[in-house]
Amino acid sequence: MKLTGAQITVETLIEQGTEVVFGYPGGQVIDLYDALYQAGDRIHHVLTAHEQGASHAADGYARSSGKVGVVIATSGPGATNLVTGIATAHLDSTPMVAITGNVSNAMIGRDSFQEVDITGITIPITKHNFIVKHVEDLADTIRTAFQIAKSGRPGPVLIDIPKDVQTGICEFEAADVVEKEKQRLPKEFKIRLAANMIRESQRPYIYIGGGAITAKASQEIEELADCIDAPIGSTLMGLSAISHENPRFLGMEGMHGHYASSMAQNEADLILAVGARFSDRATGNVSKYAKKAKIIHIDIDRAEVDKNIASDLGIGGDLKIALQELLKIVEPKKNLEWDQRLDELRREEQEQFQKNCSDDLLEPYALIHEVQKHTDPDMPVVTDVGQHQMWVAQYYRFHKPRTFITSGGLGTMGFGLGAAIGSCLATGKKTVLFTGDGSFGMNLNELATVSKLNAPIVIFIMNNGVLGMVRQWQNLFYHKHYSQTTLDRKTDFVKLADAFGLKGYRISNREELSDVVAKAMNEDGPVLVDCLIDKDELVLPMLPPGGSFDDIITLKEDPS
Amino acid sequence: MKDDQFIIGILVDNAAGVLTRVSSLFTRRGFNIDSLTVGTTEDPRYSRITISAHGDDAIRKQIIKQVRKLYNVKEVKILPVDNSVKRELALIKLRNKPQTRNDILSAVDIFRCKIVDFSPNTLCVEITGNSSKIDAFITVVKPLGILELCRTGVTALERGCIYLNSETKTFEEICEQEKGEE
Repeated sequence: MKLTGAQITVETLIEQGTEVVFGYPGGQVIDLYDALYQAGDRIHHVLTAHEQGASHAADGYARSSGKVGVVIATSGPGATNLVTGIATAHLDSTPMVAITGNVSNAMIGRDSFQEVDITGITIPITKHNFIVKHVEDLADTIRTAFQIAKSGRPGPVLIDIPKDVQTGICEFEAADVVEKEKQRLPKEFKIRLAANMIRESQRPYIYIGGGAITAKASQEIEELADCIDAPIGSTLMGLSAISHENPRFLGMEGMHGHYASSMAQNEADLILAVGARFSDRATGNVSKYAKKAKIIHIDIDRAEVDKNIASDLGIGGDLKIALQELLKIVEPKKNLEWDQRLDELRREEQEQFQKNCSDDLLEPYALIHEVQKHTDPDMPVVTDVGQHQMWVAQYYRFHKPRTFITSGGLGTMGFGLGAAIGSCLATGKKTVLFTGDGSFGMNLNELATVSKLNAPIVIFIMNNGVLGMVRQWQNLFYHKHYSQTTLDRKTDFVKLADAFGLKGYRISNREELSDVVAKAMNEDGPVLVDCLIDKDELVLPMLPPGGSFDDIITLKEDPS
Repeated sequence: MKDDQFIIGILVDNAAGVLTRVSSLFTRRGFNIDSLTVGTTEDPRYSRITISAHGDDAIRKQIIKQVRKLYNVKEVKILPVDNSVKRELALIKLRNKPQTRNDILSAVDIFRCKIVDFSPNTLCVEITGNSSKIDAFITVVKPLGILELCRTGVTALERGCIYLNSETKTFEEICEQEKGEE
């Protein structure tokens, strides 16, 4: 069958299992959009308000579904608008294929209208990228891109398709969905060494990251924790892999982690890192990190082993298989003293929490708890970046993998709304977005998309009128010099919602909380809820920058 | 943990932009490159990049693991210092004055290099060897007036029947094949 390059692109996307693409048309993708028009009954295109929103939507779609997210943009500014979204996906290892149009091959290099070297720009933020020079190479390039995106440690791949390749004609034959590349198996002697190290430990701690979700290793992690009597702590990206119902789960560790989770990591004599990469936000000062512990690091990406933290044993390979092998030979054990110490830490954490909270203020945790009452375990919860993100990470109780969608590594403010659209479409479920007034302001144009799709997304803006996270640093470490973090904007988010065609509500105090949340969560379509919170609310605990877990700040400053 | 110099052999796809991908990885991760050479190989599908770099054991291992992740990289290996042939070539243009000519000629003789261009005012020396030999020669001729100088950077191969390309047939396999053909 002879097809144009544009048709081949669309046919190959469909062949590779793509049901939804996010994007925005433009001069150099008109042919591609013509092919999408022709195939409109077989592939659904979601038009966003901005290419960045489309990139986050493809990312959110991939995070919620585990499938490859696809985004399309035109050349030049369309392509550069994807950059933040691609970098976000790269840092959090999300499988994504980004397709950009470009000027014709003959026009490349002449600074033609809307020409940029997008493959050059995205080299450091993609797993790999391609510029297709000949239409004959197009289908296989797209297949290879899908394979790279989903194999091993997933990530984004960009394909730049010049206009003449889109209009060129060649023979096309549909192929099968590409398989993930086979991974080398974890070495057997290393699994034995790991089992020995576990046997000799008295205070083991399992530290999980986003890799646990990608590898679908939740069950193995829980079994291992039970078998060796170890607590489980998680990075931001690992949240939702283990249910909060699991009594061994201590929650997030790190800079804003749960006190017990961070302290247990600090006191452990063995840290078993599973699909985590010892990010600086997870470890604090690396030279003071977990000095008493031996470290076993299991990761599918061998380059992560010994990158940030020198491990005592590195195991490369698929986590699920490594843990299954380990479970076959590891000896069950009990660590009674360690259990007692963990109980003590949990009690301390509870006491700190009680001291920090009040019953009458509209506190973030109260809002999160109230929202949780109206959600079910399968509903995706999406956040933007900042204080609200950390509060959700701390207080929301996740039950199922892939239900917490957040920008971890890159910390992309403005990620949330686009990602929520993607998650909502991927799951077909009501989706909750927690955002802040700062983050929301960055890409609120996607309200137009939400409203047009009538997507059941419930947006809670934790509105404190400030850029809270930076303000918190200024408060604690910069002599309260609130430089450019007081927004003081006149935006009325309820009216804004109305203007975009959404229902809007406001919660001004604790008394209004339960009624308004109930109303908002029971709406069928999209809703925006403006939640007025105090600007001086802090995210605690906090590990001061450059500090270790011994320097953790747990209590609010006494106002007297 | 010694901050030693080491040489990495990298076999990559012979395609546009691959050198950029490799060198930008070094920049992005903060690894230092002392020299980099690239050229074609016995197999037209591949090019070979030789990078001379320095750093401690941890950096060395990180470089190898990060380079290996690049899609266009087929093989990557640290070449053992004591079992590799390392060569660099330099062209050095010197002032050609009667007062210094004999000193230059004797240095050229001692270092066993060649004069490849000779004009009334300049002469050009080609020197090949390991980098320290070239350093030593430059030290000797510097006072005699270096006008221009360029070095290729190190290129290297491991000695004996060890190949970077794992597809390359071993000596035994080649013998077998030849026997079959006879």
